[in-house]
Amino acid sequence: MKMTKYRTIHEIKALIEKGETTYEEVMGAYINRIDQVEGTVDSFLQVLKEEALNQAKAADENKDDKTSPLFGIPYGLKDNICMEGVETTCASKILTGFIPPYSATVAEDLKNSGAVVLGKANMDEFAMGSSNENSSIKPTKNPWDPSRVPGGSSGGSAACVAADEVVFALGSDTGGSIRQPASFCGVVGLKPTYGLVSRYGLIAFASSLDQIGPITKDVTDCALVLNQIAGHDEKDSTSVDREKEDYTSYLQKDIKGMKIGIVEEYFGEGLQPDVRKRLEEAVEVYKSLGAQLVDVKLPTSDYALSAYYIISSAEASSNLARYDGIRYGFRAEGFDDLLDLYKKTRSQGFGEEVKRRIMLGTYALSSGYYDAYYKKALQVRTLIKEDFDKALSQCDVILSPTCPTTAFKLGEKSSDPLEMYLSDIYTVPVNIAGIPAISIPCGLDEQGLPVGMQLIGRDFGEKDILKAAYAFEQATKHHLNRPTLQEAR
Amino acid sequence: MEYEIVIGLEIHSELDTKSKIFCGCSTAFGGEENTQTCPVCLGLPGVLPVMNKKVVEYAVKAGIATNCTIARFSKMDRKNYFYPDLPKAYQISQFDLPICEHGTVEINVDGVKKNIGITRIHMEEDAGKLIHAAGGTLADNNRCGVPLIEIVTEPDMRSAAEARALAEKIKTILEYTEVSDCKMQEGSLRFDVNLSVRKPGEPFGTRTEMKNLNSFRALERAVEVESKRQIFEIERGNPIIQQTRKWDDDKGESYALRSKEEAHDYRYFPDPDLVPVVLTEEYIQNIKGSMPILPWVRKVRYMEDYNLSEYDADILVSSRETAEFFEGTVAVCKDAKTAANWLMGDIAATLNEKGQTMADVTFTPAQLGEMIGLINDKTISSSIAKQVLQEMFATGKDPKVIVEEKNLAQMSDTSELKGMVLDVMKANPQSVEDLKNGKEKAIGFLVGQIMRQTKGKANPQMVNELIRELIDQV
Repeated sequence: MKMTKYRTIHEIKALIEKGETTYEEVMGAYINRIDQVEGTVDSFLQVLKEEALNQAKAADENKDDKTSPLFGIPYGLKDNICMEGVETTCASKILTGFIPPYSATVAEDLKNSGAVVLGKANMDEFAMGSSNENSSIKPTKNPWDPSRVPGGSSGGSAACVAADEVVFALGSDTGGSIRQPASFCGVVGLKPTYGLVSRYGLIAFASSLDQIGPITKDVTDCALVLNQIAGHDEKDSTSVDREKEDYTSYLQKDIKGMKIGIVEEYFGEGLQPDVRKRLEEAVEVYKSLGAQLVDVKLPTSDYALSAYYIISSAEASSNLARYDGIRYGFRAEGFDDLLDLYKKTRSQGFGEEVKRRIMLGTYALSSGYYDAYYKKALQVRTLIKEDFDKALSQCDVILSPTCPTTAFKLGEKSSDPLEMYLSDIYTVPVNIAGIPAISIPCGLDEQGLPVGMQLIGRDFGEKDILKAAYAFEQATKHHLNRPTLQEAR
Repeated sequence: MEYEIVIGLEIHSELDTKSKIFCGCSTAFGGEENTQTCPVCLGLPGVLPVMNKKVVEYAVKAGIATNCTIARFSKMDRKNYFYPDLPKAYQISQFDLPICEHGTVEINVDGVKKNIGITRIHMEEDAGKLIHAAGGTLADNNRCGVPLIEIVTEPDMRSAAEARALAEKIKTILEYTEVSDCKMQEGSLRFDVNLSVRKPGEPFGTRTEMKNLNSFRALERAVEVESKRQIFEIERGNPIIQQTRKWDDDKGESYALRSKEEAHDYRYFPDPDLVPVVLTEEYIQNIKGSMPILPWVRKVRYMEDYNLSEYDADILVSSRETAEFFEGTVAVCKDAKTAANWLMGDIAATLNEKGQTMADVTFTPAQLGEMIGLINDKTISSSIAKQVLQEMFATGKDPKVIVEEKNLAQMSDTSELKGMVLDVMKANPQSVEDLKNGKEKAIGFLVGQIMRQTKGKANPQMVNELIRELIDQV
């Protein structure tokens, strides 16, 4: 198959059905593409070429199984999602050599659909970061401009889709980690409602906020992947037991009369002028499609970032306590006793950002400070949820920028963690509230970099945001913009 | 008494579930090291705990049996610390919203009754076991994730005897409700003792905590020795330091393990991987309905309804199996006194002899009831019944079948017995003569002869009557 600039799950499926290509040919094309561009983009920590090619060959032989839309499709799996027998490191030195004896439920779901893992995608260490510069292995580059970051923490997952190295990818989103890199890389990224997709096998950063979601080239693919990974899992008691939906069935529907909420505070200071302009244009598009614009208020969103950093760091300090060098992964050499082994292993095994958050979280939970920080943050969380509930009772979806800016330069913000944290200002409140949100491309800035628009929905309101996103996508075709990535040096 | 001892207990009990609290691994005791583990109980990256519903049910049962309020909403919390026997580096437990609170348990020491407050009961997972070997320390994680409840009492006990009585009572409750097998030698039941001393009327003194006592005797001795130590220190003007102490049962003394100043900051917070435990009224009522009748309730009923002595009632309720066997027997034969006598007599003696318990009995309460019925309707004599019972032990067959197969029914056929009686009287003219002369003892000899010939099957009362009836014919 000749690699073109735009290939989605549904396009490949159509080509196969018409007999114009084979699964082996498709896989071969993506492997070639990886060979060409991976040296520039650095999306992957591991590429499973041989296994993937074998599975593609098997797919061609096994004609009966082709009913699933994802059958034979190559995808990228963020490296914090476990796959049996494949090294899974969260891009952290401390998990070097960890090979899980189990697969995440989402990996099982996709395997059952016939989709093929082609690579383990790079990420910020333990999913902490907004630029992918916190990977302990290597930074991933933005396919639109390799001097820029792809965003984080699912930067590898977004970049490998944008660079055509795979057809789609799975990421995880704790405070914007799917949507922000999707925005920077000009692809579609969905953070589902908390509890819609099983977290079993996702190496936890902040358990009450983490959610796995798809990164795809268009909204149709997003719905196709979501169909496959959504659903109750008895291995995850926080996954919600509800009836399965066919999300593609919402894509054709008209959005006339749909109420779209605009939050005035989200269009204030700090928003890059180009980004503002694209968002204003998007609002006009919705008007022209017959949607009704509604002003809504989210007065507590100012406190979201503070609450987020307390809650997520507190949970992280607990989730990451098990990495002590005893049972798996990295162990420091030359220690005196057990305590010394713990200290040296964790000092050497964790990167700066991870250590910063472990310390912050431990402090916030310690006796004497718990009430002032952690408990307060939980109270703020309740208020934020109430704000969203109220706003979303007045509209079907909320429209906002995904990020205040387009992709920034490598190294530009890495020395200032607080500056970096601000890049998640529009995405974080959504995780705090546990509701779903999608980021879709809404044009380019003056430098030709993609701008992302975020649509936020009610609990289990994926159908609404997919419907609104699809209507916009069909009306504008911004999603057809692709990076002109040169071949590797 | 110059000093008063103030004691509160924390009782850890392993629940008698087949699988662990958050995964499907076996909880069986004594398996080869690390063979009863999986990614979930080992806390491997990415895996998640899922609550075992049986654990909640057992905790609620324990709460109902100790008169606690059962929480309609409770949650699991993480208790974070760096201990090598917990692979996640935190224990999942309950902090501020335990499943049961505010209970009481009555104890009876030398006839004096007293209510001990139960502060709370919470659910948690057990830790693994460290084995300190020559080459280093090894970890056996089989026990990781074994479900526990921790029962915390108020500081209401004032003597070693009271502490022991409470501990024994809790053991009875947990065994009776089948919440725990309470095998103390396997660590299924273990006690932590919080103890302080004071002069009566003064506020509570500083307390110490002795951990992991696993016998009643150790508990009693630890209380005695520790209270003496504290009084000794106070008498010499030394302050009591709040600390955790380890009891050495072989030496009969305790030593300081760590003081509270260096206590761990556990950094509790709600476990985000587990949804809260929400119980409906219906669920709690269902468990209440399925509860066994507790021993002290049974005892009173046996005395009132069946007119049994306190002594008999105490023995019958001492184990749930005996009590239920007794009730099952009475339901069939409607003769409580006889049922009690057989259970406490021949059945207890036989079990004793074989080193068995009620659980090993091969026949059913209904079969025992049937056997008592056969005695009462004079199908068999009491002495034949002893034979029948042994046969029931051996084969588990119905008493009626045994009586038929072995031809053990009493001979009550007058014509058959008549001939036999005449023959015996003819063969023993001296005895007949003696009887005629008013020597009543002689009739016993004649009856005995007939009983011997019939192997005990003759109805002795009928034989008696026949001898008197026929005496003039000889």
